[in-house]
Amino acid sequence: MQQGKTRVLSLLAVLTIAASATACGTATTTPNASGGASAAPDQTYPRAETLYTTGKQWGAPSTWNPLDPNAAMGVVGLQYETLFLYDPLKDVYTPWLAASGTWDTAKTTYTIKTRDGVKWSDTQAFTADDVAFTINLASIKAVGSNLLSYVDSATASDASTVVVKFKANPAYQEWQQWLYNSPILPKHIWSSKADENILKDTNANGVGTGPYMYKTASADRMVWVRNDAWWGAATNPVKPKYIVDIVNGANSVALGQLLAGNIDLSNNYFPGISQIVNGGYGITTYFKSAPYMLAGNTAVLVPNLTKPALKDAAFRKALATAINPDDIVTKDYGDIVQKADPSGLLPIFDKYIDKTQNAPLNYSFDTAKAKQMLAAAGYKAGSDGMVTNLDGSPLKLTLEVPDGWSDWMAAENMIAASAQAAGINVVATHPDFNTVVADRNRPDDATAPKFDLIINNDVQVGNTPWTWYDYVFRQPLPSGAGENRNYEGYKNDTAWGLVQQLDKTPVEDLTTMKSLCSQLQKIQLTDLPVIPLWYNGVWSQVSNSVWTNFPSDTGNQVMPATWNGYWQMGAINMLTQLQAVPPAK
Amino acid sequence: MRRYFGRKLLTYTLTLFIAATIDWLIPRFMPGDPVYGLMSRMGNNSSPEAAKALSDYYYNLFGLNQPIWQQYLNFWGGLLHGDLGRSVFEHGQPVTDAIMAAVPYTLALLIPAILLSWWAGNSFGALAARRKWLDNTMLPVGYILTATPYMWLGIVLAFVFGFTLKMFPFANSYGLNLEPSFTWLFFTDLVAHWMLPFLSLFLVMFGGWAIGMRNMIIYELDADYSRYLEALGAPQRLVRKYAFRNAMLPQITGLALQLGVIVAGSLVTEIVFSYQGVGLLLFNAIKSEDYFLLQGIFLFVIVGVLAANFLVDIAYVIVDPRTRVGMRGGTA
Repeated sequence: MQQGKTRVLSLLAVLTIAASATACGTATTTPNASGGASAAPDQTYPRAETLYTTGKQWGAPSTWNPLDPNAAMGVVGLQYETLFLYDPLKDVYTPWLAASGTWDTAKTTYTIKTRDGVKWSDTQAFTADDVAFTINLASIKAVGSNLLSYVDSATASDASTVVVKFKANPAYQEWQQWLYNSPILPKHIWSSKADENILKDTNANGVGTGPYMYKTASADRMVWVRNDAWWGAATNPVKPKYIVDIVNGANSVALGQLLAGNIDLSNNYFPGISQIVNGGYGITTYFKSAPYMLAGNTAVLVPNLTKPALKDAAFRKALATAINPDDIVTKDYGDIVQKADPSGLLPIFDKYIDKTQNAPLNYSFDTAKAKQMLAAAGYKAGSDGMVTNLDGSPLKLTLEVPDGWSDWMAAENMIAASAQAAGINVVATHPDFNTVVADRNRPDDATAPKFDLIINNDVQVGNTPWTWYDYVFRQPLPSGAGENRNYEGYKNDTAWGLVQQLDKTPVEDLTTMKSLCSQLQKIQLTDLPVIPLWYNGVWSQVSNSVWTNFPSDTGNQVMPATWNGYWQMGAINMLTQLQAVPPAK
Repeated sequence: MRRYFGRKLLTYTLTLFIAATIDWLIPRFMPGDPVYGLMSRMGNNSSPEAAKALSDYYYNLFGLNQPIWQQYLNFWGGLLHGDLGRSVFEHGQPVTDAIMAAVPYTLALLIPAILLSWWAGNSFGALAARRKWLDNTMLPVGYILTATPYMWLGIVLAFVFGFTLKMFPFANSYGLNLEPSFTWLFFTDLVAHWMLPFLSLFLVMFGGWAIGMRNMIIYELDADYSRYLEALGAPQRLVRKYAFRNAMLPQITGLALQLGVIVAGSLVTEIVFSYQGVGLLLFNAIKSEDYFLLQGIFLFVIVGVLAANFLVDIAYVIVDPRTRVGMRGGTA
C-alpha cells in the first residue's frame, strides 16, 4: 500500500516536470531577478533599490486624486505632502511643507510660513498661494470638507506667508488635524479643473511636491519612483528608488511572498503571525514580543440604544462585565493585540485617562458579577436560563460582524459564548459587509437602525482624543450612506457640549483637554454607550532580507504602515531610515 | 444547414437575453447598498456634513439615484454600446476597461489549457487503452488528477515548484520588477509566471479527458462493428481508427458541457496565483460587492461559454457525418 502510494506520487512528479519542460524550456527567470544586467534600465527595478509593500490596496489602483479617500497607496504622503507631520508615538508636530505655523495672541488668526526651496514636480515653485488655494477648495461641495465652517478666510499675504482668519470659537482640534492630514495641491494645475470634476478627475501622473513621483500602475500594482529634486533630498533623502505596492490578493500569496523575501513590508493581517515571528524566518514586527503590533484603533461593541434592554445602562454594564477580552486577545489574536482600556482611548492617549476617577467605574470580566448585576437590575432568567426583557418577553440579541473577517468572527463567537454563560442570549452572525453596514446605519428618515449589536473600529489613531469622543457622542445623530459617528444613537447633551468644548480647545492647552476628557470618561463609563473591547493593531510585518532598520520598539520609533493617513503620521520617516542590506558574497 | 444554425442562433440569443437579465437582477437583490459599503470601506473619517456631500456624489456617479426601471433600460442601452457601467470600488473606472485588461491573461491560460489537455488527454487515454502497463499506471494517476480541486493542486504546485524549488514564480502575472514591453526579458518572465497556473489547470483537465477516452476506446473496441471489422480481417490500425473516431464524439460533447466548470476552475486558480485575469477581478468584485463589475464579469463569462458552445456545435457538424445527414432530412 505504502509502496503503491509512492509510485503514484513519483509518477505525478515526473509527469509534472516532463510537462513543464516540454511546454517551456526557457522559463528559468526567477520572480525578482535582481535587475538582469541585459535589461533596459527603464523596464526593471533593481531589487536592491526597490521597496516592495502590500496591505493598503484592496482593488486596482484607479484614482490618484488626493482629495478622494480611495486614492492609490502613497498619493497623499509620497506624492502630495501636508503642511505638518504628526507623530502619534511622540505627540509631536513637525513642520513639513510649512516652515512654521503660529497663532496670534487672541488665537483667531493662524499664520503659516511656507518652506523655502520647495518645487512642484513640474519645477514650478511651491508658494503660499498654493496653500491658500487648497484651503479655499473646501468651498466646493464635492471636496467634502467642513473646513470653512470654522475658517473665515485664507489669503496669501506674500509668497511665503498665508494668513488664516477664523470664525468665532475656532475648532482648534479639527484645524490641527487638517494641518497634518490634508495634502496641499498646486494652484497652477488645479485651479483650471471644473468644480464638478474636482473629485472625478483620476489625476494619474499628477504634480506633487513629495519624495516620489508616479511611475506606472496596473491592476495588481502601483509603482512610485523617487523624485530626486525633492526638497528634503539633500538633508534627509528617502532610500528606496522605487516603491512597488502590490494589491492585496489571497492571504496565502502575500505571506508566501513575504517569506520568500519578495515583499519587504506587509501591512496585512495574518492570523498566527506571532508563531512566524518566533519561528526564525527573519520576519519581524514592531515589538519583538507581545503585543507585536502598535495599537491602531479601538474595536468596540456597539449596542443599538433604541432596543429594549440595550437602552438600559445597567444592562449594558452587565453585558460588558460578561465579556472576556483577555480571552479574545490570547485565543483569537495570539497576543498580537491588547485589551482596550474601558475608556476606549488608545495607549498613545494614556495621559488623558483619569485613572483615579475611572478605577471604581471600570468594568472587568466576571461572569458571576454579571449575573448579579442582571438580577439587581430586574432581569430574571426564563425557562432556558437566559434572561428575559423587563416585561417578560424573550430577549435575543444578534451580534453582526462582516463575513470573511475571520478574527472578528472568532471574537464574536467568544463574546456570544461568554454572554450566554452570564445568561444573556447573544447570537453571533456574520452577514456580508454591505448588509452589516445597511443594518448599522440610521436610515435617512431618522427611524431606528436595525442592528442589535455590532463590532466597529472606525476611529483611527490620530492627534486628538476629540475624534474618539466625537465618534461616541456626536449630535445630531448622523444618518445615511455617510454615517460614521454615534452608531449607537446616544443622546446626551451634556456630553456633546463637552465634546464641542474639547474641539474648541487649543491643542497646547493640555490642562483643559485633560479636564474635559476626564468628565467625558465619567459619562462614558457610567452610561457605557459603547463597550471598548480591544485595540486592533497597526499590522506590520517585515522581511529584513533586502532592507533593514525598519521601525521597531528598540530602534526607530515611527509608524510602520502604508495605509491612508499613516505616511503623514511619521511613516514617511521610515523611508529615510531604511538601510539596504549589502548583497551576500 | 441554415435552419439548423438559425435554430441554434435563436436559442443562444434567447439564452443570452434571459441570462443578462438575471445577471442584472441578482446584484440588485443583494442586501445592502453599494454606496453605503463604499463609504464605510474607505475609512471615511470626514465630518457628517462632508460625508453626506461625498455620498451624494457617488450615487450620482453610478446612476443609483434613478428609478429601478430606468436603471434596467440604462443597462441594455449601455450594453449595446459596449458600456457595462462603472466599477463602484475602482472609483468609477469603466467596467469594460477593467475586464478588457484582464481578459488576455485569462484567455492565455484557458485556451492552451483546454486545447492541450483535451488533445493530450485524449491521445494518452487512447494509448492507455491498448497498453496494459500504461493502463495500470495511467488509471490511478488520471483518477487522482481529475478528482483534484484546481485550487488545491494550484497551492501544491506553488509550494513545491514556486516556494521550495524556486523553479517558477508563484504570484502575479509578470515580475513585480518589470513593466510590460516587447522584450525577450519580459516575454520569458510572462511565460514563467504563466507556467504554474497553466499547469494546475492542464493537469486536472488532462486526467479527466484521459480517463474518459480510455473507457470509450475499450467500449468501442468491444462494439459489434469493431468485431465485425476484425472478423473481416481488417488491419488492427483501421479498427482502432474507427473506434477512435466514434469515441471522440462524446468527448466533444463533454468539452461543451465542461466549459462552464473549466471557467470556474480558472477563476480559483487565478486567485491562488494572484494571476491578473478575470477570476481575480471577480474575486475582488465579490469582496467589495461591486455591482457593476460583478455584472460585467458574469456577462463576459456567459457570452464566452455560449460562444464556445456554438463553436463546439459547428465542430460537431464537421466531425459527425450523421448530424449532416440529419440536417438534410435523412436518417442515420
